[in-house]
Amino acid sequence: MSEESTYTAIAMARSGVPATGEAVDAAAVWAALAEVPDPEIPVVSVVELGMIDDVDVGPDAIHLTLLPTFVGCPALEVIRTSVERRLQDFGRPVDVRFDFRVPWTSDRITPDGRTKLLASGFAPPGPVRADEPLLVQLGTPVPCPNCGSRRTVLENAFGPTQCRAIHHCTACRQPFESFKSI
Amino acid sequence: MNVATLPTVALGELLRSMADDEFVIGFSDSEWTGIAPTLEEDVAMSSLAQDELGHAAALYGLLGDLTGTDPDVLAYDREPEAYRHCRLLDHGRGDWAMTIARRFLYDSADGVRLDALAGGGWAPLADLVGKLIREERYHRMHATVWLDRLARGGDVARSRLIEALTTLAPDAATVFTPLPEALALVDAGVLSVPMEELEQRWRAAIGPTFSTLDLPMPPPARDQARGRLDHGEAFRWLWTEFNTVRRAEPGVTW
Repeated sequence: MSEESTYTAIAMARSGVPATGEAVDAAAVWAALAEVPDPEIPVVSVVELGMIDDVDVGPDAIHLTLLPTFVGCPALEVIRTSVERRLQDFGRPVDVRFDFRVPWTSDRITPDGRTKLLASGFAPPGPVRADEPLLVQLGTPVPCPNCGSRRTVLENAFGPTQCRAIHHCTACRQPFESFKSI
Repeated sequence: MNVATLPTVALGELLRSMADDEFVIGFSDSEWTGIAPTLEEDVAMSSLAQDELGHAAALYGLLGDLTGTDPDVLAYDREPEAYRHCRLLDHGRGDWAMTIARRFLYDSADGVRLDALAGGGWAPLADLVGKLIREERYHRMHATVWLDRLARGGDVARSRLIEALTTLAPDAATVFTPLPEALALVDAGVLSVPMEELEQRWRAAIGPTFSTLDLPMPPPARDQARGRLDHGEAFRWLWTEFNTVRRAEPGVTW
């Protein structure tokens, strides 16, 4: 063992992290991923957004399959780096792969994720209704995250990021954003 | 599908045509950033552009995997003549009516094309298409709402829309330009039906909207065999624009 890797092993042993070769618990990886925030809406984690499709702890590496929320999401490389950095304490290479095999949909956002979105002023997405014309779906008022009123109007189906839409509440007269149903 | 039986030439042509379509309309849309008629549309066109350039990047990525080429080289390092986007997207930004007319014609045709690729025999493309369809729903909704608004919006709006549709009419169906060796894609199950049949499906899909709004349906494409060739001055200008950074600093990343 080289001097450098000896020090690494000692540092990991002190921090309670298993060194390379020791078993890594998939549940511990999931718990660590739950601390990786979404770069565009940091109140929710990548786990709460439903972006993690698969965690496979192999003998030599941790393989992750992530589902992009949008095909052209510019935050993907930031997410990759954040995930790699958060998992580096596990002491083995992290292989992050983005995949469309399972299409990400806003229905994958967890109940906890929805609660956090609402608490931070984002209306969570309603269920995706693929059989219904999009205009009908968009015509359904989204409850205001500030006052709870349903007297709201959609101002713009396109917002400051690909996954957000802009609304206005006629009750409390505040603008707000929602996470798109997609 | 077994890679050995994959019709790679035809598949490459398909990916290149789709990627170039999305790339060119994405850059055309981005021309509205900062100058759209309303603030909401400034945001919407910028978001649409971001979606389309993302779609183009993913499609160039698949083409790159297939041919062993860097996707950025595919996107930026070709001469204008080597792009294979359809002529419908070759008219320059134009006014707002032109933009809406082009978006409606393209989005409706692209939707028909994507539906025919969904669940197809080459998983990397079929998987991506499944995701694209979810996003393009929003694009079609946007174009449809605006087409309706301009068609019913009084004399100026309506006459400008009809003028735009008339200008684009001979090129509208070029999205369905037959691709080299395209029947191999149908045989391989990548594409469910030939392009000619897709055009009929598209006409059936947009017919009721054109009829309700009393707008002129596009005729068959002029010189359809060359529908993805012979790009004109408007595209050369756009090409110079989207290549500026790439040519100023070859190999640059950001």
